Amino acid sequence: MSMGKPLPHDAAPLHVTGVARYVDDIPLPAGALHLAFGLSTVAHGEIVSLDLSAVRAAEGVVAVLSAEDFDEMPDCSPSVHDEPLLAMGRVHYVGQPVFLVAATSHLAARKAVRLARVELRELSALLTVDDALAANSRFEQGPVIWTKGDPAGALAKAARVVEGSFEVGGQEHFYLEGQVAAALPQEGGDVVIQSSTQHPTEIQHKVAHALHLPMSAVRVEVRRMGGGFGGKESQGNALAIACAVMAVRTGRACKMRYDRDDDMVITGKRHDLRIVYRAGFDGQGRVTGLEFKHLFRCGWAQDLSLPVADRAMLHADNCYHLPDIRIESHRLRTNTQSATAFRGFGGPQGMVGIERVMDHIAHALGRDPLEVRRANFYRAMAAAPGVSPPDPQGILPETKEGVDLASRGAAVPVGSHALPTDGPVQTTPYHMPVEDFAGHELVAELVRSSDYVARRAAIAEWNRGSPVLKRGIALTPVKFGISFTLTHLNQAGALVHVYQDGSIQLNHGGTEMGQGLFQKVAQVVAGVFGVDPAVVKITATDTGKVPNTSATAASSGSDLNGMAAKAAAEVIRGRLAAFIAEKHQVKPAAVKFVDGMVRVAGEEYDFARVAGWAYQARVSLSSTGFYATPKIVWDRMRGVGRPFFYFAYGAAVTEVVIDTLTGENRILRADLLHDTGSSLNTALDIGQVEGAYVQGAGWLTTEELVWDGKGRLATHAPSTYKIPACSDRPRVFNVALWGRPNREESVGRSKAVGEPPFMLGISALYALSDAVAACGDGSVYPSLDAPATAERVLAAVKRVRGDA
Amino acid sequence: MAGIAFLLNGTPVRVEGEPPTRTLLDWLREGRGLCGTKEGCNEGDCGACTVMVTDAGGSRALNACILFLPQLDGKAVRTVEGIAGPDGEMHPVQAAMVAHHGSQCGFCTPGFVVSMAVGHLNGRRDHDDVLAGNLCRCTGYAPIIRAAEAVEGAPVPEWMKEDAAFISAQILSGGEAAGRGGQTAPLPGFRPASSDELADWYVQNPGATLIAGATDVGLWVTKALRDLSPVAFLNGVTDLQQIERQGGMLHVGACVTIAALREAVAERLPSFGELLRRYASEQVRNAATIGGNIANGSPIGDGPPALIALGATLHLRRGDAMRSIPLEAFFLDYRKQDRQAGEFVAGISFPESAPALRCYKLSKRFDQDISAVCGCFNVTVGGGRVTAARIAFGGMAGIPKRAAAVESALVGQPWTEATMRAAMAAFAQDFTPLSDMRASAGYRLETAANMLLRYFHELSGVPVSVLEVQP
Repeated sequence: MSMGKPLPHDAAPLHVTGVARYVDDIPLPAGALHLAFGLSTVAHGEIVSLDLSAVRAAEGVVAVLSAEDFDEMPDCSPSVHDEPLLAMGRVHYVGQPVFLVAATSHLAARKAVRLARVELRELSALLTVDDALAANSRFEQGPVIWTKGDPAGALAKAARVVEGSFEVGGQEHFYLEGQVAAALPQEGGDVVIQSSTQHPTEIQHKVAHALHLPMSAVRVEVRRMGGGFGGKESQGNALAIACAVMAVRTGRACKMRYDRDDDMVITGKRHDLRIVYRAGFDGQGRVTGLEFKHLFRCGWAQDLSLPVADRAMLHADNCYHLPDIRIESHRLRTNTQSATAFRGFGGPQGMVGIERVMDHIAHALGRDPLEVRRANFYRAMAAAPGVSPPDPQGILPETKEGVDLASRGAAVPVGSHALPTDGPVQTTPYHMPVEDFAGHELVAELVRSSDYVARRAAIAEWNRGSPVLKRGIALTPVKFGISFTLTHLNQAGALVHVYQDGSIQLNHGGTEMGQGLFQKVAQVVAGVFGVDPAVVKITATDTGKVPNTSATAASSGSDLNGMAAKAAAEVIRGRLAAFIAEKHQVKPAAVKFVDGMVRVAGEEYDFARVAGWAYQARVSLSSTGFYATPKIVWDRMRGVGRPFFYFAYGAAVTEVVIDTLTGENRILRADLLHDTGSSLNTALDIGQVEGAYVQGAGWLTTEELVWDGKGRLATHAPSTYKIPACSDRPRVFNVALWGRPNREESVGRSKAVGEPPFMLGISALYALSDAVAACGDGSVYPSLDAPATAERVLAAVKRVRGDA
Repeated sequence: MAGIAFLLNGTPVRVEGEPPTRTLLDWLREGRGLCGTKEGCNEGDCGACTVMVTDAGGSRALNACILFLPQLDGKAVRTVEGIAGPDGEMHPVQAAMVAHHGSQCGFCTPGFVVSMAVGHLNGRRDHDDVLAGNLCRCTGYAPIIRAAEAVEGAPVPEWMKEDAAFISAQILSGGEAAGRGGQTAPLPGFRPASSDELADWYVQNPGATLIAGATDVGLWVTKALRDLSPVAFLNGVTDLQQIERQGGMLHVGACVTIAALREAVAERLPSFGELLRRYASEQVRNAATIGGNIANGSPIGDGPPALIALGATLHLRRGDAMRSIPLEAFFLDYRKQDRQAGEFVAGISFPESAPALRCYKLSKRFDQDISAVCGCFNVTVGGGRVTAARIAFGGMAGIPKRAAAVESALVGQPWTEATMRAAMAAFAQDFTPLSDMRASAGYRLETAANMLLRYFHELSGVPVSVLEVQP
């Protein structure tokens, strides 16, 4: 059985030898052009004049385009068509593309861009949450509000109440490979696009739209990305469209890649937000009533902000049963980069809020935050999955004009249905029964393996003897919902060929960005045929092979594509079994595919021989496969339904040390236990968990985005924006998988792993909060903002000591 | 036509007709089709473009994105394509990276592999330092470190030794091994072989850009897209690459790299050595020079505060005229130094030992970051009282600057915590720092003062460094 084996990433030997090919490495035909955008230098303004004569005259420049060169400006938005490729009269943020240059080299294009004379009349800009609130500048008419139970009543009756407000910073993706795309003109006006994208179908759709072509005339290929993390779900659209438009106009291949600084200035990042909370609780720390307000800074265009903010609401409970809760979510429009998808897609923002509430309550009660967390956990899992999903018949979404159905930005509402209520199985704030809650056992196991209790006591003792340095420790859990919340995206296709020599070619709609998706799906297919995974050739994602794909996002890659590929492989295996069974006069079910052999009626044949015979017998050896996730249905406006097929769980213990003189801090140790079901590949899953933790901890510690008073991003390069470096990983780093099979019928009973462990990094923030709390007498809550840079930690230390 | 000759992955190459500021990275990718070396940031911060460069000083990792072709003349370059053996056999670090799942998206991987292979060649086991200049966004680094540790004892593959052998042959043959023999064409940029040559030329070309390590100047090209001509490349100025010890002093030539300086001070000035360990990254330390760090005049360079605290003397040269000044006198105002047209930094002298010197660097990230505040303290105590104090800061003013008011608040006072606390108020007289993306003015001023307290605690034996806490 090849599923579950800790095989290396399929491309690892190519990575380490430098031969793995990324978009910028693909040789282009002679005469290819290189593109660069000229960018807005103000956050909000009118274009008074645009003098591009010096740009046009610059060495190597072949073509220059601005708004006046288009009868109809191509749109780059994945949602409501509010992102013109080039600014039309007005600019909305510093970094918005204003004109496009094509030159004979990347450097020539970059140099030419700087020769433009652009006169902009500055208008007042909305840069902050407060600016946007004051101006009522937002997406959607007003805040989205979900209520369950009677939060106001519960708060009024609560024994104790804590309230607060804190800032949570955004995050730059910092994929090591920047945004890049290339367009190659084909005969008859067709176009082939090479793109570093998580969403080839979206690229195809947007390019077709821009060129007024049917989607069938545009083919998009993606072999791999040098990292995506959500930053290549929609942010690659502009480059691909620019290349396609320029390729059509010049008849030459066109490539565009952003210089790193441009990449950071142009593209969206994780949404930052302010979280306001008010929580009532009893003497045990159990939350009785809770109100959250999320104030998201979404930037200038809608992009994917609505579903991101939705998912934050969907994770405002994390592992905790909150019977009476109100969540109010504001999606504010500002003159900054359009915030976008980033690993966790709002989940981390929602979860960091409820963990703050738990931390605050524990501080108020003087209890170990872990006790308070456990006191609020959902009831342990039901004996067996049993709660029926609502009947999806009759509540299918209506197709809405003017939205992009291929993307998560579509955010269409659905009709109504009856609500499950809290019974033996408790329900989330959005009324979904939590039948599979694994938090109790998983956390108990982590408490044991990490030696949490003894270490917490030892840290308190150490702190008493250390005047300058203080340690802290925290355990935070994760419950993350798996499925696209836009239900129709939960589908996937695959294409499998068996050749007459027994070799197998696999294609599916998922994209490879480092997560090992291709290897996992190959292991699934190899398992179906009983062959070594090395026999399965993995091919580039290609809209010409598998159409109408969803983004490789929402951690859905292996769940959806694994199932689709399995279905395709099973069709072919069924044909082979029927063919060989007939020859041996047995039932097809009696034919076994194991160890590269086909066993039937006491005989054993090489898989390759059987494939050859089947070919000669004119048996089809190619099949598509399709999968649609069952059980899910969701009404986002009311906040009601079952948006998720299942939940993935995890927990982390982080220990930190801080310096009370400077606020400098570092992670000393992290112990992670994470639920990936019956893992498809334990090595790849552990890699996802480790990497996600470090990225999550980075979000909340060193990764600070700073905009100046003019809306210019001051941290626009790795010289000023600090992702974790090698020495920032925890000195002691214990990572384990929970290993229980998924209760739902997922591929191999595995669970999605891309996003959920990102939120294990939240433990780092609350470990820092714990260390800060150790500096005071317990009367003042640290109230630590994120990212907890040295400066913020020092401010919190002063706060708890009363010298703020 | 101009020519540059070097060994590329074991094969001699000659480059002609390229502008002097053509980067190795662009040339490899666009000119040679060697696309294994990646562009991640184009400013020397991410390490995706790391290559191995070998010369008489040994093999080191450098960032190809800010390395100009003329800097490579007569050297040997090995890219990721040359790390595996000629028959395709994987280098042990490559095999270990596969076995330990050290790559995910794979884009940073070639850079890591080269850094690791150079570290392996040089017998390094301080993997965090070796890899501080290689950013990975996928793995969280743990599997990469496991891979590096797994091959610590593995023998160095024969092919990895060829570059050093080539360099030896090169030295013996006077350059013919690289095909430089009979070189008559003018070379791109002026490339002096001695400080005398440099001095003569620079007086004639006072507007020229002097390029030593190119770790800052490189960005003038890759980010500011500036034309720097005329330029002089100082790689060949071997007499400025010397470190001499004499009479308790270290005399350090301007072209000594930060890596070499770190080695020279590690034993007798350990706190300065630790500051230099955190100076940028391995690749940058291997290229950047102390002369460049000083002459650049940046208010946030890490060399000057420590050197000022040490009482360093700066040596300047213009033509045949040499002069020496206290280092702090060199920095006049933001980006303005006491340097005449045609004058260059020749070297610096400072005591080889200063037991009370402590250097503190505050930055968002410990490694591969620029200081928000860099405070260096060198206080002499006799008979329980402060007898002398040299305290200098980076990041607190437009220049690296001494804390004169703080120093005078200390001198003559008893060596006590109360003295420190009383002197902390004087920081506001010495400094009016700015707020920027690295830190606010208030934080800078407060932590600068707190560093004095840290200094007192540290010298009293109280643990003060989060970096020294064990899990």
